[in-house]
Amino acid sequence: MSRLELTAHGGVKALLKNRYPQLALLVLMLAGYIFAIMAGLIGSPVGSSNFSIVFVWIAWWAALILVAVPVLGRGWCSVCPIPLPGEWLQRGAVLGPNSHTPRWRGIRWPRPLRNIWLQSAAFLLLALFSTILLTSPLVTAIVLAGMLLAAIGLSMAFERRSFCRYLCPVGGFIGLYSQAAPIELRIKNKSVCTECIGKPCYNGSAEGYGCPWDVFPGGLTKNTYCGLCMECIRTCPHDNIAINLRPFGADLEQPAGRLDEAFKSFVMLGSAMIYSAVLLGPWGVLKDAAYRIGSSSWFMYAMAFVAFICILLPGLFALCAAPGGGVRTFRLRFSRMSAALIPLGLTAWIAFSLSFVLTNASYTLVSLSDPLSLGWNLLGTADIAWQPVLTAGLGPAQTLVLAGGVLWSSRVAHRAAAGSRISPVPAMAYCAGAALLLMWLLL
Amino acid sequence: MIRSSWISWLVVVLAALVVAFAPLPAAAVQPPTERLFHLQASQYAYAPAELHVNPGDTVTIELISTDAVHGLYVDGYGASLEADPGQSTSLTFVANRPGSFRFRCNVTCGALHPFMIGRLTVGTNTMFYRGVGLSLLGALGVMLTRRKPSDGGVQV
Repeated sequence: MSRLELTAHGGVKALLKNRYPQLALLVLMLAGYIFAIMAGLIGSPVGSSNFSIVFVWIAWWAALILVAVPVLGRGWCSVCPIPLPGEWLQRGAVLGPNSHTPRWRGIRWPRPLRNIWLQSAAFLLLALFSTILLTSPLVTAIVLAGMLLAAIGLSMAFERRSFCRYLCPVGGFIGLYSQAAPIELRIKNKSVCTECIGKPCYNGSAEGYGCPWDVFPGGLTKNTYCGLCMECIRTCPHDNIAINLRPFGADLEQPAGRLDEAFKSFVMLGSAMIYSAVLLGPWGVLKDAAYRIGSSSWFMYAMAFVAFICILLPGLFALCAAPGGGVRTFRLRFSRMSAALIPLGLTAWIAFSLSFVLTNASYTLVSLSDPLSLGWNLLGTADIAWQPVLTAGLGPAQTLVLAGGVLWSSRVAHRAAAGSRISPVPAMAYCAGAALLLMWLLL
Repeated sequence: MIRSSWISWLVVVLAALVVAFAPLPAAAVQPPTERLFHLQASQYAYAPAELHVNPGDTVTIELISTDAVHGLYVDGYGASLEADPGQSTSLTFVANRPGSFRFRCNVTCGALHPFMIGRLTVGTNTMFYRGVGLSLLGALGVMLTRRKPSDGGVQV
């Protein structure tokens, strides 16, 4: 499959090897992140006029799901500020390696937890409280601060970016969907890596740190666990690392067959469906149940939420898409075939987010002008009235995105089924059925 | 083989264009009438939350707020109104654009305000049926155009 090496251009390579541009972006993001926490704590309690809600759940979310993930894959992770303070403490340096590395514990992450089950659980937990999280500035601030503190704490105890790799609820789904993106970091020549002494890309050198994501680039076959931090580009003494432009969905041509990744695809698809029904649907009873945390209706909602995502969706898929065979065979088929849900899941989130973002985008101007709700009018837009943006084109856009998702998922299902010598039709029917349900909810 | 795959894709694309843009067969045309809806608004829902009218109907929505100040904005029509607690106000518009439209609260009314949403369907929700058609065509297109791998298949 054809690739275009972007780092073959000297300017691109120099930009990526230089630590200062990335550092500047990271510091800017960290400042914005801390400001969002502050705004959530001391700003207006009204979500639609609070910087933390507006910039995290409308502006950042739109940038992430509509642009960054589909186009750049894990591009966001390369400038995400969450691991930054912990990593600085862990390394004892802000830029390149120094000779006085602090003696933190640097424990290896426990082997049984070296998967994305915890990330799926963390996402499920946040999704379960999404009505509060998306609307309460205080809760958003607490969650943002909690993630920052957790990342710092784990950096002190464990080696590398354990929080990003194994716990971050956002990183989990970015990794899953980054397989669909047309950007990848890969080695150029495998034999160079095989013969390389010391493996500085993994172990670090005077030029840079060993892979913070605990990945040996020589073995990279998909985007899921590469955070595009660019360290290996800096450390490789053989200039053997490239950033490539490639066809969309290239990683999905050869699905890996891991059960934790398969489960993640159900978590994400199911959450998009439930969000579409609860947040964008006309059913007040559902919204009420999801919002009244601790009430009996919320417990019923929570049970239905978990049952739908963890039992019904995978159960139906198991029945129709991967039946037969022994336990091991079934498990492998199930995991491989579930790759078909990745394009549909991504397009489901795009379709859901389009609706949410376009109708609420005008709040960003208000919030920018008065970010702490102190009566400022920095940009002269503090008093503009709410106005939906481009909603006339929303339905056609969502229709095209979801139908495109079915087409893409069908291609992946066909490929995965051929690899397992089973019929792709049940998995394709499953994807089409899921898309029709989403269309019914969103259109 | 490659040539026949391209022909299949061309057929699928042409069929998709038909599904996307061809006028759908109209349901039995109803003469335009006046439709009055009494809509109760309370945190964070409308009752009734789903309205169905025929194209050309003159729609009057009387909004009655039962708790806080609520509003109503109809996507696609741009019509809007506000109602104070215990008060009712109304708006009238001609439903001359078929399809499904969200109506939503346009006055900040509490935590779930951005999600206080209802649905107005004018005639048939053609976008949904076009979406169904395009999705099925996409899946069918893959079945018609993908070649069976001659190798690489691994029995698991």
